[in-house]
This record gives sequence, C-alpha cells and structure tokens, in this order.
Amino acid sequence: MNFDIAFGQYCEGNSILHRLDPRAKIISALIFIVDIFIAKSVWAFLLLTVFSLMTAAASRIKARVILKGLRPIIFIMVFTGIVNIFWFKGERLLVDFWFIHIYLEGIINALLIMLRVILLLMGTSVILTYTTTPLSLTDGLEQLLSPLSKIKVPVHEFSLMMTIALRFIPTLVEETTKIMNAQKARGADFSEGSLVKRAKALVPILVPLFASAIRRADELAVAMECRCYRGGVGKTKMNVLKASLSDAACVLVFILLGVAVVLINKFASGFRIGI
Amino acid sequence: MSNTNKANEAYEKNEKNEITESKKAGGADIIKAENISFTYDGGGSEEKVEALKNISFSVKEGSFTAILGRNGSGKSTLAKLLCMVLTPDGGRLTVDGVDVTSDETTEEDIYEARKNVGMVFQNPDNQIVATIVEEDVAFGPENLGIEPAVIRRRVDEALDIVGMRKYARHSASRLSGGQKQRVAIAGTIAMRRRCIIFDESTAMLDPIGRREVMDSIVRLNRDEGITVIMITHYMDEASLADRVIVMDGGEIVMDGAPSEIFVRAEELWQCGLDVPQTTELLWRMRKAGLDVPLDAFGERECAEAIEKALEKAAKI
Repeated sequence: MNFDIAFGQYCEGNSILHRLDPRAKIISALIFIVDIFIAKSVWAFLLLTVFSLMTAAASRIKARVILKGLRPIIFIMVFTGIVNIFWFKGERLLVDFWFIHIYLEGIINALLIMLRVILLLMGTSVILTYTTTPLSLTDGLEQLLSPLSKIKVPVHEFSLMMTIALRFIPTLVEETTKIMNAQKARGADFSEGSLVKRAKALVPILVPLFASAIRRADELAVAMECRCYRGGVGKTKMNVLKASLSDAACVLVFILLGVAVVLINKFASGFRIGI
Repeated sequence: MSNTNKANEAYEKNEKNEITESKKAGGADIIKAENISFTYDGGGSEEKVEALKNISFSVKEGSFTAILGRNGSGKSTLAKLLCMVLTPDGGRLTVDGVDVTSDETTEEDIYEARKNVGMVFQNPDNQIVATIVEEDVAFGPENLGIEPAVIRRRVDEALDIVGMRKYARHSASRLSGGQKQRVAIAGTIAMRRRCIIFDESTAMLDPIGRREVMDSIVRLNRDEGITVIMITHYMDEASLADRVIVMDGGEIVMDGAPSEIFVRAEELWQCGLDVPQTTELLWRMRKAGLDVPLDAFGERECAEAIEKALEKAAKI
C-alpha cells in the first residue's frame, strides 16, 4: 500500500512557495479563488493564466505532477463544457440542426469555464497543498482561526483532531492491508462477484478495523494524559509561526492581482464570460 | 531578542539547579507503595478480579528496577498505578512526594507528579501523537507550557540521547518499531522527567529493535541518572537492572539483585518465568553432579565457570 496518502499531495522542495508562512499561503489561496471568480473578461483570464503558470514555475514542481493532479477533474470539465456549449445563446450561429444550436460564443464561454476550473485547482494546489505539509497547514489554520476561540469555538481541539487523523492514516492503512491479507489467507475474495457481494465481503474487514481503531484511541488517550496533555490552555508551541516581509508581499501580490482583474473587467473590450 | 535569551538562560539554570539538588538527595524514594491493592470490577458483572494484593515496596531515585511476572501476574496493573492512570483501592501510594491515595490530593497535585514520572507503553503506534518525529517529541514540553526556544533545545538533546537526531524531520509512520519506541522515549526525556516506567516497551519489537531500545534505557539510567522501572518478561533484559522484583498472582514473590534472583531457578519456573539460558545450563549441570556456581551470568563468564569446573573434575 502507498503510505504517501498521509502526506496528501505534498511535494518535497525548498522553493519560495515552500518557505512561505502557511497562514500567508492560506490567505493568498482564498484571495486567488476570489480573483478567479470575479474575472469576466478574456484578458483577465489571460492574466490569471499567465500568473498561475508563473507561480507553478516558481514552486519548482514538475509539470507532470501538476498535470496528473488535474486528471480527476477531466470528467467535470468535459461535462460542464458540453452543457455550456449547448445552452449558451449568442449571435454567431455555427450549427443549427433540429434542436441543437451551437454558437461561437457558446464555445468560447465553455472553454473559459473549463479554464476557470483548471485555474482553481492548479492555483490552490500549487499555492497550498503541493507546497505545504498537512501539519503546517493545520498549524496555520489553527492560528488563523484562533480569534474564534474567544467565542467558544474549539479551535485547538479541532486542530488536534486533524493532526491525529493525519498521523493515524498510514497506521490504519497498514492495518487494513494486514486484515485483508488475513482474510484472503482464509479464502475471502474481494475482487469478484456482484456489487452487493463485494460490499458484503468488506464487512469482515471493517469490523476488526473499527474495533482496533477504538482500542487505539483508548490507548492514545491514556498516553496523552501521561504526557501531561490537558487541552489547549497553557500550551506552547515549539515552532512558532513568524510572518515575514515576503509573506506580506505574497498576500499583497494576490490582492493586486484582484485589483488588476477588476480593472480589466471594467475597461477592456472583448468577450466576457456568461456565468 | 537578547532579553528572551537571558530569560531562557535563567530558566535553564533553574532547571539544572533542580536536577543537581535532586541528585544530591540521591537515595530518596521517588515511589513508595504501602500495602496497595487493586481490583477490576469486571465491567458490571459479578466477577471481580483482584489484580494486586497488599503490595509494598519503594523505588530509590536513580535506581534501575525490573519487574518480572507472567501474564496476569498484575505487573501491568502496577505500572498503571505508578503512573497514576489508575488509583489504588486500598493502601498508600506516594509518587514523587504526592500521596496519590489521599482524599486531599487534587488533580493539580497529580499533574505536578506526572511532570516527573512518565511511562512508555507497549505499542509504539498508539503513543505517538504527531506526524513528524520532532513534533511528537515536543508534544510533552509543549503541554507543560515551556518557551519555544527551550523546547527546541530539549527536543534536540532528547533525540541525541536516543540516537534519533537524524530522523528529526522524518514521518513517524515510516520508522521501524524500535525507532518509534525510541521516539516515544525521547518524548518523555524532553519533559526532563526523573523517573520513567517502561510497560513491556520491547514486547512488540524484533530482536534488533529490542536491542536499540534496551541500549537507550540503560544509557538513560547510567548517563542521565533517570530512575528506570522496567516491566518485562524477558530475563536477559531484567539482568541489566540492579534490582529485580518478581510478581505472581498479584503479589511480590521475590525482590533482590539479579544475581540473587536468578539462582533461584526452581522458584522462577514456578512463577511461569524462564531463567537466563546460561543459568539454566549451569543449573542442569549442577543437577547432573558437576560442581558449578549458579551465579555466573553472561556467556563468557558461564563458559569460564564450566571450564574451571571441568578441569577440577578431571583432576580428581
């Protein structure tokens, strides 16, 4: 089994993007999503595309890895593309057959919407998931959300849950493999038969897996108590996040990008996206 | 910046003073149990299991004690009492000066005692909290609210002691069992604890992992002066201790130096335990009529003792 699941999509590296404070990256990614959604003009999309390619280059992540990350959304992209081609009403009619009317604007619109989905995924994964370890991601989230603890939102507990979940994914994957092998050795078959049959074959895997997960949780709780854990009160952190000038610069760049997009929307001529 | 550095230095200085003071006091009892007992109430059913019956013993600061016993002898229950996960039903238990059994003892007192007495469990996977090795080692000190710079230094030191410094940034899940267990040990050292209890910490490891962990444990006691209480059923591990307590049926049946205990081979067998292989060999030879001493431990000593005895026998 592949233990890399625990690290999500994180790619080891030491680029500028890798070194930025996770908080700056979370904020930047959020701003970037807004930037993408307010873009209307073709030229704004061009700017965003160029910008995304530049950040991807700056992250020093291989193009192959990024393209591979886009694979799961191909279906959604094609689907939304086709729907948009058929439903969009423009001026220049290209195909007029029975109930099918395809306009040139419809095709451009569909392409832009597909581009929007690509940019969304590529931008956020390059800025965040490819260049930030899940651990510093949770750390950053905890710090960003920490003001919420004043209104009794259990921010610390939430982040600890995330940390422990990430920590136990590889352990449980390993355990699942072990249980599956044990069942296979007793003649269980997980790959053949009808869907119902295969689903039923999973029960003897899930039951021991849950039982052991509960036992683990119990032991972990005792171990944490022995290590003087008593909630987030009075707890310090070894690695304190320090925002530097480059972090502020990063956020600023994304805000400026948004301003540029708004200006282009307002003044540039040319095609505008429909949705 | 220099201000915080100064504060840190003062902090460290205080810590060192504390440690030297405790070393000066060497020989004081860090754990004292007087007639403690514990019964599991069998999850609501009528059946009650008396795990510990009137146990009394004390552990001196800086000592290395091994507790031996077969499954169900009550040794793990004892460990849970010592690290304050369970509270005894009867008797008096004092850990690091805190009377755990007294009604006046508050949660806060127990928390204070826990700062100095910790435990390393059997399953390495179920006691590691964070994904990255150094983050996990820092978990304990972070809970104590220590300053970040001091935690950093302690984590590095602790990883050095167990020889895991080069794995500091590794993912804990990719380590071997022995390495994980050493990370768990580093996690308790980083809290500057004076006493560490090992509850069969080597039981789930392969021979290489066991040796790595045992080396770390011995070094903790010898070089760092940390009190070690090690629960085990491996004789060769127990022979490294300077005191062995043998438990059976919830009671202490033997208590003494390893050399005193291991020669009582027949009694150990009755408790469902093995003796070290060398001792068994000597015991069998003695029974066969050869005049060998029983207290020759280690392969070399044993071989020499046999050689001597055979020479003597040949002369006659």
